[in-house]
Amino acid sequence: MNKELTKHLAPGHSTCAGCGIPAIVRTVLDATDDLVVVVSVTGCLEVTSTLYPYSAWKVPFIHSAFENGGATAAGIDGALKALRKRNKIPAEKKIKVVVFAGDGGTYDIGLQSLSGALERGHDFLYVCYDNEAYMNTGGQRSGATPFGADTETTPAGKKSFGKKEKRKDLMSIVIAHHIKYAAQANVAYLPDLAKKAKKALELEGPRFLLVLQPCTNLWKYATSEYVRIGKLATETNFWPLYEYENGVYKINWATEKPKPIEEFLKTQGRFKHLFRPGGEKVIAEMQKEVDEDWKRLVNLVEV
Amino acid sequence: MMNNSKKIALTGGAAAAEALKQINPDVMPVYPITPQTPIVETFAKFVADGEAATEMIEVESEHSAMSAAVGASAAGARTMTASSSQGILLMAEILPIAFGTRLPILMLVSARAISAPINIHGDHQDVMFVRDSGWIQIFSENAQEVYDNTFIALRLAEKVRLPAMVIMDGFQTSHSVENLEILENSVVKNFVGEYQSKNNLLDFENPKSFGPVSLPNSYFEFKRAQIEAMKEAETEYKNICHEYGKISGRNYDYFESYKLDDAEKAIVVAGSTAGTAKMAVDELREQGEKVGLLKIKLFRPFPYDKIAEALKNVKNIAVFDRTVSFGSKPPIYSEVVECLYMIRDTKYIIQPYIYGLGGREIFKEDIKKIFQENWDGKETKYIGLK
Ligand SMILES: Cc1ncc(C[n+]2csc(CCOP(=O)(O)OP(=O)(O)O)c2C)c(N)n1
Ligand code: SF4
Ligand SMILES: [Mg+2]
Repeated sequence: MNKELTKHLAPGHSTCAGCGIPAIVRTVLDATDDLVVVVSVTGCLEVTSTLYPYSAWKVPFIHSAFENGGATAAGIDGALKALRKRNKIPAEKKIKVVVFAGDGGTYDIGLQSLSGALERGHDFLYVCYDNEAYMNTGGQRSGATPFGADTETTPAGKKSFGKKEKRKDLMSIVIAHHIKYAAQANVAYLPDLAKKAKKALELEGPRFLLVLQPCTNLWKYATSEYVRIGKLATETNFWPLYEYENGVYKINWATEKPKPIEEFLKTQGRFKHLFRPGGEKVIAEMQKEVDEDWKRLVNLVEV
Repeated sequence: MMNNSKKIALTGGAAAAEALKQINPDVMPVYPITPQTPIVETFAKFVADGEAATEMIEVESEHSAMSAAVGASAAGARTMTASSSQGILLMAEILPIAFGTRLPILMLVSARAISAPINIHGDHQDVMFVRDSGWIQIFSENAQEVYDNTFIALRLAEKVRLPAMVIMDGFQTSHSVENLEILENSVVKNFVGEYQSKNNLLDFENPKSFGPVSLPNSYFEFKRAQIEAMKEAETEYKNICHEYGKISGRNYDYFESYKLDDAEKAIVVAGSTAGTAKMAVDELREQGEKVGLLKIKLFRPFPYDKIAEALKNVKNIAVFDRTVSFGSKPPIYSEVVECLYMIRDTKYIIQPYIYGLGGREIFKEDIKKIFQENWDGKETKYIGLK
């Protein structure tokens, strides 16, 4: 594998075939020439990259628990400040702290830790790779799991259409912390992710990236389909690409004619049950949500 | 050197803050909880006045305080925090991580009861709850010991790369003003030195991965190595106390033996109650009773051999625990039983007592009465229970 491409994360990790996490990590870290310290939390990335006595990380890496990505980064940021103050780290040595965490570790159990770190204004970039469920534990629902999805804890059945609740709007929660930069990206659009990562890494203070990571395992589709499915998420407006910078929202990809949500749903096993009789109501509900969310976003851009 | 030390009156909490000021740690992630607040508030004022250059991180929870401490310490910063009660319990997940990652984080603890029902007063339930977390635990009797133990614990933690707790009794010690002797800044600086971490997360030339996944083929060996580190802490503790004695004139040991040599009955106790118990011992001694006391200081690692040696000639022992191990015997009692079990040829009577839960007071007269009770070692007894 290309040496330049793997200069932060070596190929020797064990994510599933067709997993987008390594591409997210590499694209983000490649967006800076500065030194980086990587923080991760318990989840797919951490377990597949640090199996003792090996590590796929070619840069300093720390994992401590599941719900503390924000606080761990805060501690490193505090150490950097303290050590700089005492001239133990030269001023010209630029060091970036970057957190990679799953949706469970971010939307749910790690939300408080993230919120505290954002509010205190630590200098770090937090990247949530969102595969829309707790994958490390086998595919249970998270606060990021979409309405209608079949997961291990929200199984579709005779009396159930999958997850009953809409996923939480993490971007709005993060932005409500008055941070300078937050962006929603998608692993199927790597140049867009690279641009956002570069912008984020050049800024100071807390920055946030939410990156969609279609999980072959949970979403249930053929690995070869991964870019196409990722793209469909955006083309249907299920996962718009947008950014928030100093109070201004910007949509990075839009089409006159978004595809109907079915186009996205029908590609994946986790929504298969919605195409049985009775599922149309759920699909209609999802379409309505997608349209409303899109309108809200467009309004934010216009305001 | 000793001539330059000065006597001042401080609460135990302020004594801890004074020691922290002299250490001038790099990073301190903190979250408020009674009765830890005097430590952190006093120290925050020192930072605000420029008397310490510490990077304070006012986190949003104790879980984050300990998580940030792990991040900071891994990054090579001398890192400290302080907590109590529910705060320690909220940290509980991260305490063994700090230990397993071999990070010499120092935590000042103002020990307090745990919920439910909620109670802000002193006892030892919080620190006993986390006694198996791999942290070095040192109990302090009074403000002077809090001050001294802070330096000793820091040196020990950094020497053996293990986290350490310095424990004071919530309110009884943290909030009571006592006279203590403060060392000169330069003496402290010299004693604690500059912190040099062995494995540094910020080593960009030799990048390391902290917190890996370990499977059944390696996990056990990690734990075994950690057991060794704790053993090393026991040996080093003594060396560091000895060194500290030279600069302070206060000579500490694994525990304090008080009139134990010819004692026929002795109490084993940790924390501020040892002070009260010593007065009881003195008065009973005046009446000709052969009583004594062993005050627990280093609780983790527990110095079994040394305590066994100190207690071996005492046939009647009462162990005071300020905590409960529900469905089991109290912890210090169990440790003492283990110590004396090692001396197989003697029959001891070891009586467990529980006292002081949720701040329930214990007076000299109570302790004198306990000495006069018949100890049969059968059932746990309760002091001051209504
Ligand atoms: C305190 C705690 N609770 C639960 C777990 C079990 N656990 C480990 S990873 C994980 C799910 C991770 O999900 P996510 O953050 O979405 O990351 P992914 O595995 O999908 O990459 C869970 C529930 C844990 N390690 N720690
Ligand atoms: S379970 Fe999904 S997210 Fe996790 S490694 Fe496999 S494909 Fe990637
Ligand atoms: Mg996930």
